[in-house]
Amino acid sequence: MSVDTATVKRVAKLSRIAITDERAESMQSELNTILGFVEQLQEVNVEGVEPMTSVVDMVMRKRRDEINDGNKAEDVTANAPMSEDNFFMVPKVVE
Amino acid sequence: MTGLVDTRTPNPENFFAGDDHDWELVIGLEVHAQVTSNAKLFSGASTEFGNEPNANVSLVDAAMPGMLPVINEACVRQAVKTGLGLNAQINNRSVFDRKNYFYPDLPQGYQISQLYHPIVGEGVVTIQVGPDKQGQFESVEIGIERLHLEQDAGKSMHDQHPTMSFVDLNRSGVALMEIVSKPDIRSIDEAKAYITKLRSILRYLGTCDGNMDQGSMRADVNVSVREPGGEFGTRCEIKNVNSIRFMGQAIEYEARRQIDVLEEGGSIDQETRLFDPTKGETRSMRSKEEAHDYRYFPDPDLLPLEFDDAYVNEIRAELPELPDAKRNRFMAEGLSEYDASILVSDKSIADFFEKVVEGRDAKVSANWVINDLLGALNKAGKNLEESPVSAIQLGGIINLIKDGTISGKIAKDLFEIVWNEGGDPADIVEERGMAQVTDTGAIEAAVDEIIAANPEKVQQAIEKPNMIGWFVGQVMKATGGKANPQAVNELLRKKING
Repeated sequence: MSVDTATVKRVAKLSRIAITDERAESMQSELNTILGFVEQLQEVNVEGVEPMTSVVDMVMRKRRDEINDGNKAEDVTANAPMSEDNFFMVPKVVE
Repeated sequence: MTGLVDTRTPNPENFFAGDDHDWELVIGLEVHAQVTSNAKLFSGASTEFGNEPNANVSLVDAAMPGMLPVINEACVRQAVKTGLGLNAQINNRSVFDRKNYFYPDLPQGYQISQLYHPIVGEGVVTIQVGPDKQGQFESVEIGIERLHLEQDAGKSMHDQHPTMSFVDLNRSGVALMEIVSKPDIRSIDEAKAYITKLRSILRYLGTCDGNMDQGSMRADVNVSVREPGGEFGTRCEIKNVNSIRFMGQAIEYEARRQIDVLEEGGSIDQETRLFDPTKGETRSMRSKEEAHDYRYFPDPDLLPLEFDDAYVNEIRAELPELPDAKRNRFMAEGLSEYDASILVSDKSIADFFEKVVEGRDAKVSANWVINDLLGALNKAGKNLEESPVSAIQLGGIINLIKDGTISGKIAKDLFEIVWNEGGDPADIVEERGMAQVTDTGAIEAAVDEIIAANPEKVQQAIEKPNMIGWFVGQVMKATGGKANPQAVNELLRKKING
């Protein structure tokens, strides 16, 4: 599997990464090298093997349904480039 | 989604008329139901509605670097409970995936959802469509494709500033159940009945409050049209419809639009559309088209969600009686399907009725709850929680009719007094002398008086037995409506006809 420049640009756009045409070309070859490694991995027969989700055999920890966080709107918005009345302010997005 | 199967037989009553042939609607619904819980799906922040901006936000919900999600066990329990209520397959192992897209109300840059392995699989909801002119309901089974757990996004406000949008993350990370139906719905009425039934089941289960106006339940509606019984057409998805009425309008508009396009020789583009309630139309959301590539992958921050059968059985044991079972029981206790359907439609009504009917006649209790109480509430624009007449008071009124203390007619007056002024029905009857006169002597005196004063009417009544109604009316008037009508009737017949 390999990707063309158009795919590289599309993925970049979906990830909100701005790239120049020149950079897209160099990224294309970098990505294709990585995909070459992935292709090698796919040669391994994993039929009937469950995907590994954790290196230790454990079940997911769950929290109790208790409110023990929040009420820190100032902290939450402290790094916002703009805020007012504890709202985040962002360039207008409207359908 | 697995291959689409058509489970329905086309019903001409549901068709939309076209130029050359009729058209059949095919509808599938994706309902987002907010899980009733104290804290969010993956954080300890509150889910309470209407708090100050960003007050219900932890650093996890704001997606600050290094924050990790920890799942709320109660939300898992609610999802399993809902799955059981939808007669669905419960998956003892499910997996959370990341759905990647950019929007200012989504601080993580992805929504944690379940694409490949949802917590709940296929199920079924039975809806009642109707009643028709004969008062009959049609039962229709609507398949459930799946139910999965996911995070809600924040909320953007666009009207606070000329060039900026305001973002509040209070809803960000609140647990949602996305309940996906199969494309089994064939009319607007069925779509309405389905969402009403789903809402009712969720409220019975206590897993979602079903408040559509607060956004706790929203629907994405998939609509396509086809020749009756033909191949499925291309569908359009109408996003975020937040009332049952709007859903009806959106489907109607969208079906007409698609039929017009097809009849003019065009084709339908599979796309996401938005319903505009002020204009009553749907329009394309072009900005969403490119975003459709969500690049899902398993969330590496979360292990698979696993539980055993014992956990599921424990939840199964807690299930309350659901609307279908309750309706069948009410019908077995002598109620019509119509009455039973109204009473079970909402848990609060059913609970109220069950308190009233305790130790009383089912049909009489149902009539009072449906015709008198719900009628009066409807007229006053109140819901049952605000009812000025309690179940105990209504039960008291019914007792007074049952033991012959008051007539049915006086009971209506009594109901109004209790509605307006409150108080114990028996005390009111006592204090205001509303008790009906069953003392035959007193009634007889009134009857004799009226017979004596109207000899010509007596003559007419002998010839035309219907005339007796006039006498009953006079006697009731003379006794202030307190005479037992049955006793009056008997006495009159005896005296007039000898």
